[in-house]
Formats: sequence, structure tokens, C-alpha cells
Amino acid sequence: MKSTIKLTALGFALLLALSMGCKEKSQNTTTAAEPEESTTVVESNKGQAFIEDDGSTPNVLQIAIGSEDHTTLVAAVQAASLENALVNAGPLMVFAPTNAAFDALPEGTVEDLLKPENKDALANILKYHVTPGNYSKDFLKKFKKLGQANNQNVPVDVKGEDVFIGGAKIIGSVPAGNGIVHVVDKVILPPSQ
Amino acid sequence: MLISCGQQNQSSNGALSSSAAEKVYVAPGEQDEYYAFLSGGYSGNLTVYGLPSGRMFKEIPVFSQFPTSGYGYSEETKPMLNTSHGFVPWDDAHHPDISQTNGELDGRWIFINGNNTPRIARISLSTFETEEIIEVPNSAGNHSSSFITENTEYVVAGTRFAVPVPQRDMPINEYKGNFKGALTFISVAPETGEMDIKFQLLMPGFNYDLSHPGRGKSHGWFFFTTYNTEEANSLLEVNASQNDKDFIAAINWKKIEEYVNNGGGTKIPANYAHNVYEEETHTGTTTMKKEVLTVDPTKVPGAVYFLPTPKSPHGCDVDPTGEYIIGNGKLSADLTVHSFDKMLAAIESEKFDGEAYGIPILKFEDIMAGQVKSGGLGPLHTEFDGKGNAYTTFFISSEVVKWKLGTWEVIDRKPTYYSVGHLMIPGGNSRKPFGKYVVAMNKITKDRYLPTGPEMEHSAQLYDISGDKMELIYDFPTHGEPHYAAGCPAELLAPKSKKIYRLDENKHPYAVTTADGSKVVRDGNEVHVYMSMIRSHFTPDNIEGIKVGDKVYFHITNHEQDFDVPHGFTILGQNTSELLIMPGQTKTSVWEPKQVGVWPFYCTDFCSALHQEMQGYVRVSPANSNIELKWSLGE
Repeated sequence: MKSTIKLTALGFALLLALSMGCKEKSQNTTTAAEPEESTTVVESNKGQAFIEDDGSTPNVLQIAIGSEDHTTLVAAVQAASLENALVNAGPLMVFAPTNAAFDALPEGTVEDLLKPENKDALANILKYHVTPGNYSKDFLKKFKKLGQANNQNVPVDVKGEDVFIGGAKIIGSVPAGNGIVHVVDKVILPPSQ
Repeated sequence: MLISCGQQNQSSNGALSSSAAEKVYVAPGEQDEYYAFLSGGYSGNLTVYGLPSGRMFKEIPVFSQFPTSGYGYSEETKPMLNTSHGFVPWDDAHHPDISQTNGELDGRWIFINGNNTPRIARISLSTFETEEIIEVPNSAGNHSSSFITENTEYVVAGTRFAVPVPQRDMPINEYKGNFKGALTFISVAPETGEMDIKFQLLMPGFNYDLSHPGRGKSHGWFFFTTYNTEEANSLLEVNASQNDKDFIAAINWKKIEEYVNNGGGTKIPANYAHNVYEEETHTGTTTMKKEVLTVDPTKVPGAVYFLPTPKSPHGCDVDPTGEYIIGNGKLSADLTVHSFDKMLAAIESEKFDGEAYGIPILKFEDIMAGQVKSGGLGPLHTEFDGKGNAYTTFFISSEVVKWKLGTWEVIDRKPTYYSVGHLMIPGGNSRKPFGKYVVAMNKITKDRYLPTGPEMEHSAQLYDISGDKMELIYDFPTHGEPHYAAGCPAELLAPKSKKIYRLDENKHPYAVTTADGSKVVRDGNEVHVYMSMIRSHFTPDNIEGIKVGDKVYFHITNHEQDFDVPHGFTILGQNTSELLIMPGQTKTSVWEPKQVGVWPFYCTDFCSALHQEMQGYVRVSPANSNIELKWSLGE
């Protein structure tokens, strides 16, 4: 199932170009290296997520960006402005639902969540897919639950060789420079608080 | 599109740059408004900066040998690094804290902890030299240290690692229930600052992460965050995160002080070094201490309680009024704030939620004042501005969040670059903060400066916090790995900063205090050179009669009595380091010549127009030679 992840440097470069907008006009393509930004200027293009680094192992965000099967997830991360949290030293373990997993949600759900007014709800769901830690699928069998970045616990269930996180099955895993990405077949919805 | 286009961006940057530049610009010849003392982390030392300029003034050697001055290499300073494990020339320095009177910074001393081989150091804030280092027995990973009570009654050192007490040979997997966590209260003599272990509280074997004293109404209490209340001894990243809540341990140290003053506690054998440097003799000495007074917390009713706090809390911070105790749950998104008044009320009404090893656990709901739901990730540390606001760092989301005490409402948030650990407001952990700037100390630098290979110095960011919103105004590199820092107004220290050591007060046993006092004395194969130095010569500068196999002690006194005129000393083949000797000071370097010849020595500090002339020779003869010992200047 590892073929679901195809890391392409091109995908990352494209995103950088998109998010920076006027790249061709800027002398320095690494916006984060520019002088201190004004507090009035939008800061969403700043931070570790926007550093050019082709020498290090790709981080969890770059892996998601490079996968053509995770375009919905990447769009959601951007809508929730969570890019910088995903490139932190971590370690971070991201359960990454595929596009098909998002498609399986009731019609209109994704579109609703991507609306600016639902940014907090979206961020909460996405953080429920992130654990501070870095464990292989096998190692995860030791756990009964994981403490997620949104402050809630998610159950871990083992059925034979399969590992389920909040009901979502791990169908592939990619080690990252700052953690690991486990591809899952369902969007994991946090229990209501 | 996420950002505006190039030109517009440039112009707004330009406008801001000029106002930010004005705020941090300290013109040539002008001086900074604040001192900042940043711990050097794995450099083992303490660095002194100016704010707002971010200029580094000095690196003060504390736990690490420092060839720049000869600290830890000179005979006088080697004892400062003695421990029960022998000479340990390095440590991991974490949390500096300035001495206080009535909860306000008094600028007498600054204390800092060595994590690895547990030690606490006291540094004079008039000489900016390390004056004292005390080893902490029964402790390991001395992390919840070195925080001081509001009249500098105690400097407190808590253990991160629980260990067998006393240390002994036992299986690691018998940790649970057998290891102890020692919290050490070290008294500080009011006049001299001299440290002495008053008592060690032997707590359950949790990890004691960080601490802060109560202040104002909570003065007399001390608060420690814990993690690994599971008492796991392996794979802590999984096994120490099983409990939804760990504890903040609340210690009524005044009650325990009273108990030990009335003869309470048990003395147990120990072995730890106490190293004291005397300014008059310019010399450090080591005393090995053989006993320590321990206290079992269950023997002092009403002295120790556990406050349940979510998710392996890291930083433990107390607001300037002493009412709020803040647990920064590093695996949580939220901050938990406990109320001191509610804690006292819960203790009074004995509403407990069970106990752990005989220590009562208070009910979370009874003591909680509020929670700060900031939306950030990975809160670590909080400081205060004295205007009712708190500032918390978030490691994972790389930001500083400003929030209001009492309403818990988030007022502002600003990104840091990148992955911030501690932050510091001058006086920000005292009763009287100077809420003008906050310094954020980041763990990761990446693209902030010109690259220097894989290893980069850590970056710090300076924010102006005088307004409602924080404003990032400056970015500067730091040295080593700054964990925490302490700062104070410049006028507290600058007027009393020492300029010279008076020669007529020099009590060093080998000092030469007069121009004609120099001599060379042989005692078996030890040779003692009583040498003086002044612009621009050494007395003597020609020495003969030294033999291979001799141990030559150069005891050198700087005869200058002029501010900022140190001299240096080094000799070819020296196996230690140079010496940098302040005006009026005496330092000693040992040289063991291994080769016959005539070997030069010289002054390493560019002292004068005739600095290059400040030199001399030592003639080294074969071990069996009969050359007589003689010395001279200008013959």
C-alpha cells in the first residue's frame, strides 16, 4: 500500500510558488529570511514551513504535500494555518486520511469545514490526527490510547496485523525528518467535548 | 494568495524597520537599559547581554573550564570544579535566578544550576565571577533548580531523575516505590551569600521538572511540577504519559524549616563538595562534606500536598501576587492555573482525593482557578509583566501568547523563530517585573542568520511588550543553548561593578605586592616563581636553573591599579591554558617542562604600546645539571 505515497519535490515547489504568490518579483525566494515583518502584514507565509531545504529528510508536511493522494488534507492544513506546527522539531506522528477518506464524509462536510468561519473546528479535527511522538505501526500495538494535539485521547485497536486509530486503519507509513506519517483510510472525528 | 505582493510588502517592512530599529538602537558610546543573563546550557557557563541591543558583554565561566581567562586551569580556580566524582570540568547550566529582597531583585548574586553532576553556583554581581559551587548529593539531573525564595533565604534544587537514596547497587526495574526524588533547600547566608544544605525532602520517585517559589501571600511555599508519576524506568515517552494528570507538589518549606530547627529530620552519610572562592586570597578551596539532613514528608503533617495538573506539566510559574500557580502542560494545548487561596481552603477543609505515598492529593476542581485555552500547542513556560498579564511560550506552535490573569482571555499571540523554550521578562519571576521587553529563547535557528554549517547558535527574539500587542523588534544569536535567563535594570548593577582588585588588600599567599618582592624558590623538584607584571614587563623576565622534570608554579600578580588593564601570561609548551590576570589579582599556572632549551613566555593581552616587548625567557637544563637557580630583570 506504500504506493499511495509518492513524494515529489515538484509538488512542494509548486505549493511554495502558490503560497508566495509573487515569487518571481521577489529577489529572495525564501520569504522567511526577509527582514522582520510588520505586525500588520499577514504572517501566514512565515516560519519553518517556508524554509527551502533540499538536504534534509522531508518533514511530515512536505510528505503530505508531495502525495497526490492527500491533496484534500493539505488544503485543510493550509485553511487551518497549521503548516508551521507540522514542521516543528516534534517529534510528530500524523495520521493522514487519503482523499478517498475525505470523500467518504457526508456530502458538503469538507466544503463546510474549509470555510473561514469554521477554521477552529477544522483545526480541532486536524489536531486530533496528530500525536507528539514517533512510533512505527508495530510499536503502536503497545498502546491502548494516544494523547492527541487537540488535547483529547484517541483509542488504539489491534486486529491481527492491522492497527486502527480511532477506527481508522493504518494502510501505509512513511518516516519523516521530524516524525512519521501513517496513511489512514478514514477521517478520525474527535468525540464531542 | 497568502501574502501581498512584493512592492507593497517592501514598503511596509521599511516603515516598520525604522521604528523597530529606533527601539533597539543603542548609539555608539551609549549603554543599554537592562542586563540580561542567559544560561549557556551545554557551554556550562553564563553569558551577559544588554537589552535592547542584544550585544553580548561577557561570558562568565561557571561549570566549564574556560581557557580565555584560565578558569578551571589556574591553581586557584581548579578547586571550583571538584566534586565527589573528582574534577568535573563541564556541566549543563540551566536556570539563572537573581537574588531578591522582599520579592524584588536586589542584584547581589545570581545563582545557576548544573544539571548533569548536580551543583548550584553563586556568582557575584559586583565582580561577575563564580564565587561558590556546592554539589547536591542524592540528586540526579538537577533540573527544577536554581530558584530562590523572596528574601534569598534558600536556593532550591530539585532532582529530575529519581534515584536510590543513598545510592546503592540495585536492579533498575525495582525503581517503583524504591527510588526517591530529593528536593534540596540550600540556605544562603544573608551577608556573605555562602550556601549550606539545610535539608533534603525525600519525595516519592517522580521526576521533578521545574519549580518556583510562592511570593507575597504564598511566600513560605514552593511549587514543583512533576512528570512520570507512573514511575516508569524505561521508554518514558510512552510510559510516563499514561496518567491524564501528574502533580504540582506544593511544599510548605517554612513548616519544614521549623521542624528541622526543632531537631526534626534524619542525618544520613553523604559525600559532596563545597567549593568557595575568596576574593581576598583570589583562591578557591574545596571542603568535602560528609552528612546531609533528610526529611520524610509524611513526618511533617500539613507540609506537602499534591495538586493534580494535566499532561506532564513542564514549567511551574507563580504570578507576582502569589495567587496563581501555573502548570504548563507540555503535551496539552491548555494551561492549568491553580489558586493559592483555593488550595489553602481545600487543605483547611481536608477535602482530599486520596493520597500518594502518604501525601494528600487535593481535588483538581477545588483548587483550579481557570484554564487558558489558547489554541497553541506545547506550552512550556510563563512570565509576567506586573500589569496583570502573563506571557507563555508554545514550543510546537512556535509562539508567545499573551493572556490576562483572572479572565484567562488571550490578548495577543506572536510567532517565534523557531520552537521557543523559555522566555524572560526582566524581574518577570519576581514580585516586581519590569514589563518592557520579553526575550524569547528559541531552540531552532535554521534560516535566521547566515548559515554556518550544520551547527548554528540558537536564536533569541526581543519583543516590545509596552503596548497591548507585542511587537517583534529584534533577533540576535546566543551562545551555547540558553535555557532560561534573568534580567534586571542596568542601574541595579552598573554603579557597583568592581573596577580593580586593590593590591593592598591582596591576601594571596604567593602574591608579590611590591616591585622588589619577586623571587624564585626551589623545594625539591617544585619551583615557585613569585612574579609580578606591569606595563610593559614581567619581574623577573630571565629565569635559569629550571630542570626537565621540575614542576614550575608561576604565581603572577598584576601590579596595575587601573580599570580594564589585565595582563595575560603563557609559556611555550604550557599544558593548561593562558592566565588572564585582573589588576591587583594573583593567579597561578603550573608548567612542567619536558624539553631542554630556552623557552619564551609573553603577555597575551594587548596591554600597552609596548605589549610586544612584554616577554621573557626560562632556561631549562637537563635533569642532572648543576645550573644554579637565578632570576633577573634588566641585567
